This record gives sequence, structure tokens and C-alpha cells, in this order.
Amino acid sequence: MNIPKIPLSKWIDSLEAWLETNLDPLFKAIRLIIGETVDGLESFLTLFPSLVLIVLFSALAWYIGKWKMGLFTFIGLLIIDNLNLWNQTMQTLALVLTAAIFSIVIGIPIGILCARSEIAQRIITPILDFMQTMPAFVYLLPAITFFNLGVVPGVISSIIFAIPPTIRLTNLGIRQVPEDLVEAANAFGSTPSQKLFKLQLPLATPTIMAGINQTIMLSLSMVVIASMIGAQGVGEYVYRAVTQGKTGAGFEAGLAVVILAIILDRLTQGVIRKSKVR
Amino acid sequence: MAIIEAKKLTKIFGPDPKRAAALLDKGWSKDKILKETRMTVGVNQASFSIEEGQIFVIMGLSGSGKSTLVRLLNRLIEPTAGQVLFNGQDVLSMSTEQLRQFRRKNIGMVFQKFALFPHRTVIQNVEYGLEVQGVDKKKRREMAMNSLKLVGLDGWENSYPEQLSGGMQQRVGLARGLANDPDILLMDEAFSALDPLIRKDMQDELLELQSKMKKTIVFITHDLDEALRIGDQIALMKDGSIVQIGSPEEILMQPANKYVERFVEDVDLSKVLTASHVMMKAETITLEKGPRVALQFMRDRGVSSLYVVDKGMHMIGVITAEDASDALKKGLKLEEVLIKEVPTASPDTLLNELFELMSNSRLPVSVIGEDNRLKGVVIKGAVLAGLAGNSSLMEGGDPA
Repeated sequence: MNIPKIPLSKWIDSLEAWLETNLDPLFKAIRLIIGETVDGLESFLTLFPSLVLIVLFSALAWYIGKWKMGLFTFIGLLIIDNLNLWNQTMQTLALVLTAAIFSIVIGIPIGILCARSEIAQRIITPILDFMQTMPAFVYLLPAITFFNLGVVPGVISSIIFAIPPTIRLTNLGIRQVPEDLVEAANAFGSTPSQKLFKLQLPLATPTIMAGINQTIMLSLSMVVIASMIGAQGVGEYVYRAVTQGKTGAGFEAGLAVVILAIILDRLTQGVIRKSKVR
Repeated sequence: MAIIEAKKLTKIFGPDPKRAAALLDKGWSKDKILKETRMTVGVNQASFSIEEGQIFVIMGLSGSGKSTLVRLLNRLIEPTAGQVLFNGQDVLSMSTEQLRQFRRKNIGMVFQKFALFPHRTVIQNVEYGLEVQGVDKKKRREMAMNSLKLVGLDGWENSYPEQLSGGMQQRVGLARGLANDPDILLMDEAFSALDPLIRKDMQDELLELQSKMKKTIVFITHDLDEALRIGDQIALMKDGSIVQIGSPEEILMQPANKYVERFVEDVDLSKVLTASHVMMKAETITLEKGPRVALQFMRDRGVSSLYVVDKGMHMIGVITAEDASDALKKGLKLEEVLIKEVPTASPDTLLNELFELMSNSRLPVSVIGEDNRLKGVVIKGAVLAGLAGNSSLMEGGDPA
């Protein structure tokens, strides 16, 4: 018996074509918003001389963490500057921050929705699984179709890849609020939104922050892939070094990513610790 | 009028509660319903009414449905069948908004594990109920502070719950329940998580607060001593049903069935019964009468001593038959042979305190009311009969 192959690829291609023709205004709007955000962040980060920002970042790290954290940030960023990768690193930071901001803005409300509705959770969880396991290269392609080459499709695919932890951990954080506290809030006549803002979100904050930390780390891991479709930054240097077989240059750019990753990770961890004081 | 009235209040857990409720109406037992339908009867047709200002205790062992029952009253758990009336108003037909207002204004709650919000300070916890009502910040602070003062925790308002001991945390819970001045306070095993000594302090404090505030309190407990100590009325639950409702004395003295009897058989009655339960009528005589009359009285009434009182029933002393005949021989007045050192107790004195008084004196203990009038006397035999739980031997007294 000969079962014909399901024409899945054809279906997907025609869906893509349909979306491209019919939702073009929407894609244009998204492109504009994300493009402007990345550009704005990037020009802000490159507005100051590198040394000024290095001092500012180190001070922030010291304030949130300990003095060791501040020292590491200071030395790490000096190394990046010394390697002549400062502007590229700031471009990458702008991309990562944009992806993180949109992940938070979109992810937390979806997470709240999941926590409140079993149905929403049952629908959204498999979609998140799909987003995280589908190889990231695969959704680069439609991203290019809809958003052209450049940084915007890079940010979009970073968001798709990196948003699940924020949604999952927001959901988890709210569901973990002890039942007796929720009952007490109900017993005193709280409305659902009073319960959310006065009880559930404050108690879920450390968990939500852990999700945001994961989101930032994941979007940082996307920078090299994003550079393949034209996003500028250190990722671009890594990608170029790989294609040209330059181990040393690749290591330098890779090191800049590592340093940036450690700083962002420790900073968000520090914020989690602060939010956990109670 | 009853402030809260429950009529055949029922809660069934399971996929098709209405069907099981219909089976209960047909007279099926909880076990049979569990076996045939795999549904659990949490509360089985509980009916009771609570008078304003009462402490109504719902008592039962764990799993008896008492915590479920109390949550049916403010619909934290939605009843399957039956009725709850608050001042005659049907609670179960309230809309979401009406129910919210009812919870905000009329019914407070205190929880077994305190359920304090860990991210809020003590004062922020206490004012929570006012905050969700939209009371403005200054006013609610003031009300919360008053409530905190009431439970003796002023000075701790800026601490966080985790910095407080268990007893103090539950005081915060109590202050939070009282802050919006509700008509009814639900207390779900409120003192069960506390050490025995602290628990007793809290019970005393609750009774003291209650004497000032006169709230209607629904108190859940698994501890019979606690129930007897603080309850005006006690409802005893077993397997989701109310087995008996009555005053502490009624529960102890007239247990409705074997279950209640077994439940109460280990109770230390000396800590529950008071002088007023075991006292008998005092045989009295006024001071103006002479020894001869006194002797005649004693002979007529078959007693060996008389309580000498003035016209207002204020006790002056005791005259025994011996002393009276002595006085008759020597021609003395009653006043001169009167024993004035008489052990006295108030009607509320517990039996275990009476023991000590009795062991120090040959005379019966006289019971003096708050108006200083002689209410009765307690003899040793009556105390022992009371401890044996034998109410018939205690009768013949005059429960003033």
C-alpha cells in the first residue's frame, strides 16, 4: 500500500505566502516598533564614551551585587573595549535587551493568563514546547520573509526562542502562592485584580525574575544565529570568524559574548536576591 | 433573631454533586454514597442557628467536615445544597459583587496557619481588608492600629510576620479579622497550631475581647476542652453531620448518643463545671431571730446549720446546732455565737478551685453572687457527684 506523503511543506509555504500578502501592514508596524527600539537603545548605548558606560555599569553591578561583582564588570568590560569590540558588544546588548523587553511585556501577561485559566494553560504549554524545540534556524526563514533582512527578524526569532521561560515561570510563580494565603485574600473580599497585584505578583516576583533571567540568557544565545540574517554585533564577528576559519578572532568575539552573559546573569540574579528579601 | 442560620447545608465533593445530594435526601448514608457513586459527602445537611453575640463552637475530629462547614458560611467553598441566612438574607443567592461586599463588611476570618501575607508588614496585614474596600490610607491605618492595640501588639506594626512568634502571628491574624469590625468572625482552628500554654492565653484573651466586643464568633476546634472553655453553644460533628448542638453543660450532662458520650467521657469535669452547677439552696435565718427559733428551723428542715443573713440576703455568718443550743443555755444572742469565717466562692468558681476551699474548712462553701447575695451552698457530696457526671445527685439545688 502506498500512502502519499502529506504535503505539509506546501501547506506551510502557502500559509506563509498568504500571511505575507494579507498581514503586511501588521508586519510593517512590528518592524517599525522593534527596529526603532533596537536603534534607540543602540544609539543610547553608543552615545557615551566607552569608559563612562563601563564605570556606570560597574557601579550598578556593585549596587545590586557585591563589590566583587562590580570589579568583575569593570575588568570584563575593559577587556571588551581593549579588544576593539565595544560598539559591536553594545549592538548585541541592544538586541538582547530589546528581545528581553518584548519577552517580558508579552510573556508576563500570557503567564498570568495561564495561571488563571486551566484552558489557557493547556493550549499554551504545547505551543511553548514547540517554540523551544523547533530548531531556531527554521523560524529564521519566515522571519526574513515577513521582516526582511537585518536586526528585526533576529530580534523576532530571539523572542520566539527566549520567551517561554518568562511565561512558564510567571505561571508557576503565581500557582505556587500558598493556597491558604489566596483563601485569606478571598475571605476578605478581594477582587481578582486586587488578589493579583497585592498578593500573587509580589510573592511570585522571585520566580518571575528567574524566568526573565533565563529569557535574557536564551536571547543572548541567539545572537550568532541572528547575525546570519544580518543583525550586527559581536555575533556577526563570531559568524565571520567561523566561516573564514579564524580561530583567534572567533575566540575574541566569543569571549565578549561570555563576559556580557556573565554580567547580565549576575545582575538579574542580584535583582532576584533583592526581591527575595521577604 | 438568629444572625446566622444554616438549613440542611450540604457539601458534596465529586463529579456530580447534585445527584449525590438527591440521594442524601432519599436517606442514603455517607458510606453508601461513597461506595456507590465515589463521591464524598463533606457536610451532610447541617442545620443550626447562631444568636448574635454568641460564641458558637463547631467541634469534631479531623475529617469530620468542620472546616468545610465554616467555609460554606462565607462561600469560600460553594455549598451543594441547603441555605445560609445572614440576618434573614440568603447568602447563597448573592451575586459575586454582593458576596464580596458581604465578606468585606460582615464576616471576618482567622485561619489555622495564620495565613499572614509574608511580604507585608504587620500593620499592612491588619489593614488588608480595609484596603481592598478602598478605605483611604489615613483612616485605615487608624482603624488597623486600633485593632492591633486590641490584641496587644502595638509597637510591632512595622515588623514582618516571620519576625513574630506563633502566638503573636495569630494575634495579627485576629487583628486582621477584627479590623473592619465585622458582625461575624469565623475562626478556623485558630489556636490549634499554638503551644498549649499560649493557646490557653489566647483563649483567655479571646474571652476577654469578646466580653468587650460582643461579636458573633464561629469557632472551629478539634479540642473538646477548648470548646467547653469558650463555647456558648457547641455543635459536635461526626462524618459531616452535626450529632448534637447544645451548651457545654448539655453536651457533658446529656450526651445525645454513644458517640458524644465517648467523646466527653475523658473530660476533666472539674475544669468545666462551676459552683453554680453543684450548689444547693442555703437554709437561712435572719439575725433578729433568737437561738430558739434557729434550733426550731433546723429541726424543721433537717439541717445542722443555718446561714444567717440580713433582709437583703447578704450573708453575715453561719450558726451551727451545737452553738445555737449552747447560746440557748447561756442566754446569748445569735450574734454572739455566729461563725463569721465562712469559705465563700462565686457562682463561676470552677470545681477544682472549690476543692482547696473545702479542704481548708469543715463548713460547706457558700456561693455569693456579684450582687453580694447568698446564692447557695456547696457541700462535698455534690461536688463529688458532679465530678462523677451524675446530674441527678446534683439536683435539689437552687440554680439562682
